Amino acid sequence: MSGVTVFGLCAAAAVGLGLYGLITNPQPLRKIIAFNLLGSGVFLLFGVVGRRGAAAGMGNDPVPQALVITGVVVAFSATALAIALLLRLFQTSASVARSGRASPGDDPDQVGG
Amino acid sequence: MSIETVIEIVLAAVVLTLGVWTIVVPETFSATVGFVAYGLLVALIWVRLDAADVALTEAAIGGGLGGVLLLGAAARLRDADMMADARPGKLLRAGAAALSVLTAAVLAGVVLLLPDPAPTLAPAAVANAWATGLSNPVTNVLMAFRAMDTMLEKVVLLLAIIGVWSLAPDSAWGGRPGPRHQADPRGVLAFLARLLPPVGIVIGIYILWTGSDHPGGAFQGGAILASMWLLAIMAGLADTPLVSHRSVRFILVAGPGLFLLVGLAGLLFGAAFLSYPPALAKPLILGIEIAMTLTIAATLGLLLAGAPERSTEP
Amino acid sequence: MLPPAPALDAATTPSGFLLVLSIAIPIAGVLLAFVLGDRYVRLVAFAMVPLELAITVTIVAAVPHSTGPLVYLLGAWPPPLGVALRVDGLAAVMLAATAVVISAVAVYAGAEFSVTTTKARAPFVFWILLLAVWAALNAIFVGGDLFTLYVALELLTFAAVPLVSLDGRPETLRAAIRYLLFALLGSVLYLLGTALLYGLHATLDIVLLSHRIGAEPASLVAAALMTSGLLAKTALFPLHLWLPPAHAGAPAAGSAILSGLVVKGSFFIIVRLWFQVMPGLPGFAATQLLAALGAAAIVFGSVLALRQERLKLLIAYSTLAQIGYLFLMFPLAFNGSGHLESGGALAGGLLQAASHATAKAAMFMAAGSIYAGLGHDRITGLGGIARVLPLSVLAFAFAGIALIGVQPSGASLAKDLLLQAATERQQWWWAVVLQAGGVFTAAYVLLVLAHALAPPDKPVVLTGPAPRLGDVAALVLALCSLLLGLVPWEPYLPVPYISPPDLSGLGTLSKSLLPVLGGVVLAILLSPRPHPFASSVRWKVAIGMLNRFRRGCCAFSSYVERGNGVLCEWPAASTCLLMLALLFSVLMLVAA
Repeated sequence: MSGVTVFGLCAAAAVGLGLYGLITNPQPLRKIIAFNLLGSGVFLLFGVVGRRGAAAGMGNDPVPQALVITGVVVAFSATALAIALLLRLFQTSASVARSGRASPGDDPDQVGG
Repeated sequence: MSIETVIEIVLAAVVLTLGVWTIVVPETFSATVGFVAYGLLVALIWVRLDAADVALTEAAIGGGLGGVLLLGAAARLRDADMMADARPGKLLRAGAAALSVLTAAVLAGVVLLLPDPAPTLAPAAVANAWATGLSNPVTNVLMAFRAMDTMLEKVVLLLAIIGVWSLAPDSAWGGRPGPRHQADPRGVLAFLARLLPPVGIVIGIYILWTGSDHPGGAFQGGAILASMWLLAIMAGLADTPLVSHRSVRFILVAGPGLFLLVGLAGLLFGAAFLSYPPALAKPLILGIEIAMTLTIAATLGLLLAGAPERSTEP
Repeated sequence: MLPPAPALDAATTPSGFLLVLSIAIPIAGVLLAFVLGDRYVRLVAFAMVPLELAITVTIVAAVPHSTGPLVYLLGAWPPPLGVALRVDGLAAVMLAATAVVISAVAVYAGAEFSVTTTKARAPFVFWILLLAVWAALNAIFVGGDLFTLYVALELLTFAAVPLVSLDGRPETLRAAIRYLLFALLGSVLYLLGTALLYGLHATLDIVLLSHRIGAEPASLVAAALMTSGLLAKTALFPLHLWLPPAHAGAPAAGSAILSGLVVKGSFFIIVRLWFQVMPGLPGFAATQLLAALGAAAIVFGSVLALRQERLKLLIAYSTLAQIGYLFLMFPLAFNGSGHLESGGALAGGLLQAASHATAKAAMFMAAGSIYAGLGHDRITGLGGIARVLPLSVLAFAFAGIALIGVQPSGASLAKDLLLQAATERQQWWWAVVLQAGGVFTAAYVLLVLAHALAPPDKPVVLTGPAPRLGDVAALVLALCSLLLGLVPWEPYLPVPYISPPDLSGLGTLSKSLLPVLGGVVLAILLSPRPHPFASSVRWKVAIGMLNRFRRGCCAFSSYVERGNGVLCEWPAASTCLLMLALLFSVLMLVAA
């Protein structure tokens, strides 16, 4: 068993773990963490693919490496946006809950939810 | 079995154990800590895979800034059960576990089935490195061969900033993100915040500079600069900027803006959009990378700072 | 060392630079608007929209004169090392539909999102994201590389999510989080597929892949993962949990973009994947599964639309049903030699996408005007608005008629093409679904119109001024959809000969009347609320006889609602996603 195979299996397992966490965890923040785990598994798979394609003096095919760097940036942006949404929801639902006690029920004509 | 393989198996096992811990541990805060450790060890796997550029990125993001982001959120959302979905029943959890295991098994099977020898673009990337004069092939792919992806990705970062800012209350629009941090001026944090940034800035610039020929580049350098800035903010030595400030806006678009301008210049005067004349390729790419480093540092810092919370009037 | 082997079409065509501009101009707009800040965003958007519209027109005009697709090699690097942009007829149709819808939305939103001192946030975000959606969609239609498509898809998601939560209420924030997380799950699965494809073929270029890809198990697994990830982003049943709250919660102009255009982005990548990357691989069973999900979407979406109390939610559920309609073309394109054929069925599917984009955007815009005028959008409270907001109701009516598929609308031509393909392929069951889809659409459109045309219980008081210009934009868009069938499509889509629409004939009349009559019956049977249909005495007698039957139907539709509630739980929906990925893998492996 070579290192590439070990890490390939590790990547597959990380994907499975991330999927399980993303499906079953009720807390949004835990879902975000699971998404990051899932993402890192996918990126590792790119790494394994690149490592297998080592050639021309390169230990790892540069194209998948570049794809992973782009992907990491995108995943980080997604995490930041999701967390900002979460914090904002936390603030607004806290303030709605507070004002809700004073005047029960918000506008029933508003669409949403 | 060679000693290297044993080390790799141990590394993979530790990483997976941390991954399992991250998913199953009941407290969110512990899960976050677990994920940070996981991210740092994954960077080691990338080193083993001979992908130093990715290892740097993964360490800066997975273990570094991403960890700060998640830890900060976990600290602020302590009692946030009201946002949670219903906890799935036992049957559903068992089903999800079975499906996840099955998916992982299929993937593992596919990995074992990948063709040997593997097809690769490494020779093509190396053979065409003359066009840019840079000897780090990953930088070549990012800045020349697949420059479009990199430019679009920078726009994604900008949209993430816009998305985060869009969550500001109307009264705080254009104001400063996050609370004003106060730290004991003689405390450890303030001490570190005075000590580390000069060193960090030098390292960040070095990583940007060396990226043209060795592992490193705009993103990794920018991430280090961003963390120095955040350190200064958290120690109360600096405040987050007004998001309506023209210079902030300018820094945030400098990277993609310069990229687009150079690309359009290539369309008008050169061979194609995002092509560089060979004689000017290296300075042009370095110029774009410097602008991108600034943009990335500012973007990452502001993404971590969050939506504007304090209005323009004090 | 030789340079990488060029692809078959690896040379920039003369007007190829337009493809670059179609992405670069809106991006330049985003950057410029961001720097100039609050006061100038709308101005920048108003400057960029006509410019981009002109570029789209030029591209669309250039496509018929080119022998193959228009091609542009970015950085002059040919694939596989570089990335190519390509525009064929399919992409041209989607580019044009996008340009038309976004221009109309820009006119509609001009008044609502003008910057004042008290509210600068929403306009700033809206106009920048409008341009960003345009850039992302154009990159999706034009991109020739699966990873570039991934980045473009993420660009689209990042532009769409803040539109959902623009008003900052907790419900819309919750909808935005759910949308973002499910979309991310979808894009990770897509990315997983691209990793496998790269490992197998060392290229992600669509044309090169189509030559290299074979029936290797790994390729099929990759295709299944990518397909199901994209389905999650398209919100095909049962992966629709995020769509109704997100599309109904956004401001009207945002809803028009989200429902009309954004879901078409991932749909278009599925088309590229199935018809161009691997037309010979999916096999009969996988295409049938895809269309079966579409049929289920039609039933669920339409039945649920009829049960909604709010107009915007009704339109959102209608989107769910119409998305289902888009997937009926897959089995109908499956020919005798086991290939997905780029023929009449594909043309029908794309036409359906274009006509839904225009009609649905017009509907949301009209609903937005009604909401702004009345201060609410309860369907039962719509009585009398036809008199006070005639333009809005007219726009809604035209858009609805276009969706039902009355000639000469685009939907009617699409339906004819698909029915013809169903006859040729001897798959009569999809013909039944196609006809039923039209009847269902008629049901919810007529339900709304019946309420809107009914006399008011009390005099209608408008809470705001009627946005005249916005209504005109909605009306124009609805008319576009209604007249799409008259456009000469041959240069762009593989349209086989069908007899030109005969606007006076008896056959046409009956073809249009049948869905309308069926729709009336369905609306009476499936809507749980009191009907304006039932207001006159004679009707009451007729409906009295129907009552027992109606109770049964209402029980059925409440079961559908309950089932939908279960499917819209996060764990159930994401489990369905994984199951679909595995199911598609198995079906494709069996077929190979």
